[in-house]
Amino acid sequence: MSMDTKPIISVNGLIAKYGEMTILDGITVDILPGEVTVILGGSGCGKTTLLKNILRLHEPFAGSVKFWDKEVLNMEEHEFGEILKKTGMLFQNGALLNSISIYENVSIPLELHTKLPREIIDRIIRVKLHLVNLSEATYKFPSELSGGMKKRAALARAIAMDPQILFCDEPSAGLDPLTSASLDELILDLKKQLNMTIVIVTHELASIHRIADKIIFLDGGKMLFCGTLEAAKKAGIAAIDTFFKVGQF
Amino acid sequence: MPCKVVNNSLVLEGVLDAKTVPVVMDKLGHILKQHTPTTIDMAAVTSIDSAGVAFLDELQVRLAKKGVLIFSGAIPEVQAVIDIFTTIKLPVQVPDRQMGFFEKIGDSLVMAGGNFYDALVLASDIYYWSFVGLFNRKGQRKGAFTQQGVQLGAEALPIVALLSFIIGFILSLQSAVQLRNFGANVFIADLLAVTMVREMGPIMTAIIVAGRSGSAIASEIATMQVTEEIDALKMMALTPVRYVVVPKFLAITIVMPMLVAFSILVGEIGGGLIAIGYLEVSISTFIQRSIDIITFKDLVISLGKSTVFAWTIVIIGSYFGFQVKGGAEGVGKATTSSVVISIFSVIVLDAMFSLLYL
Repeated sequence: MSMDTKPIISVNGLIAKYGEMTILDGITVDILPGEVTVILGGSGCGKTTLLKNILRLHEPFAGSVKFWDKEVLNMEEHEFGEILKKTGMLFQNGALLNSISIYENVSIPLELHTKLPREIIDRIIRVKLHLVNLSEATYKFPSELSGGMKKRAALARAIAMDPQILFCDEPSAGLDPLTSASLDELILDLKKQLNMTIVIVTHELASIHRIADKIIFLDGGKMLFCGTLEAAKKAGIAAIDTFFKVGQF
Repeated sequence: MPCKVVNNSLVLEGVLDAKTVPVVMDKLGHILKQHTPTTIDMAAVTSIDSAGVAFLDELQVRLAKKGVLIFSGAIPEVQAVIDIFTTIKLPVQVPDRQMGFFEKIGDSLVMAGGNFYDALVLASDIYYWSFVGLFNRKGQRKGAFTQQGVQLGAEALPIVALLSFIIGFILSLQSAVQLRNFGANVFIADLLAVTMVREMGPIMTAIIVAGRSGSAIASEIATMQVTEEIDALKMMALTPVRYVVVPKFLAITIVMPMLVAFSILVGEIGGGLIAIGYLEVSISTFIQRSIDIITFKDLVISLGKSTVFAWTIVIIGSYFGFQVKGGAEGVGKATTSSVVISIFSVIVLDAMFSLLYL
């Protein structure tokens, strides 16, 4: 990545609070296009909160978030909607709409945000479900799927529109190692072939080693480290060393 | 995204994505009426996404019917995306066959039969464990009975009072005009007492309890089922019916007749306002006639049926709670079904109890 590449997302001095409790304390980070950025840290350190604050799903207490150099925190809803159309989000528990089938779940963004004809939408849905290895569940309902399958279906929905930025909240949790590895392959393919920027919250060390270009390590709401995995391991930060040491087997 | 036909070759240029595909398809419709290209020149396509690839696949399938179609010259970056997103070799998934009209009716009947049987099994379980629970509190949380009594009974008092007062008031008001025409003012007391004791008290309270407590019971148990709390109870060697339902069942058995008695009393007060204020019936006459007209049989049937209504509400609420399927949506459905079926059942049972007055 060249040094003069403009960040696709810029977070500056982000503070998030739940009531009086500070969850994120002055997070500043740039995410570059085409990078896979992994947000790491122990439970409750604010990883998901960071993701949700960046996407305005939670209102930050203070700070700035820029997408393509545009400040989004004070942006009008419809204007931010245009930015959201270029992003996809895989939620921790899938967040599929339970009243409709998997096919319909994946078709929602395509039907509502494009003028593509039915037959094209149908092909896109088929290929996206095939990519997440879920073709057999096309016409099933979320309640008929296992947790891992729901997550994969949710990923198919998140990438339905070929987003420029994909956010994933613990994509590997609840998946078997093989599916997890194939998901990582897919993420790498999306990054390589579509130059997708990917931001992932995960604990899976194997996954981190496979896909991370950059890691952001959070601890107690503060960012302890931001850089490559190799640099993190050499940084001599106790919390990071422990994280990697304990996770090894 | 221009597209044109040059020497029997369809030339695509620029970006082929979700935005440009509808435009290209529109143009192509006109072009294909005049030309039948045999190749598609992709060399000038600079970028493509899954919508673009789906379009190429669709084009290939459609034009292949007219003859052989060859794609040529895609740059490596574009070809790589095509390789990821192509649907040509994917099997087509077919939705499950929809049931026919009569099949659906038959299926519903079989399901209703099964549901009724399951509800009976649950009801017998509840009765059994409630009877056991009277003598042996093991397997129930301490204080659960009192807590449920407060939730199902005491906390329902304000809404029962408000609605019963309004009902009594309306009943009197509607009857007052007619009674006055016949000079039968004093009979307002009889009318109100009979209506409130025999019908309005029990049925209105049952409907309120079905809406308020029946829904709460269904949603609580359904949520426990969805979040595996019921499984957790089983794994702790506890009987879910005994732990969760029995305290509610015993509590409602006690509080429902009380609520009905309260409802009748407040309804009488509401109606009494009209009798005394508008029909000029004296307070003592109103009270005396109200007491005289009510028989012991009326009270027994009224309070007896209110207990049956209460049991019905708890059994139906628990049944739909335990039967929940799916996640949050299932909880909503279970709650709705529980309230609808409870109210329906209460009204049917009330009609059956009316036969006792014949």
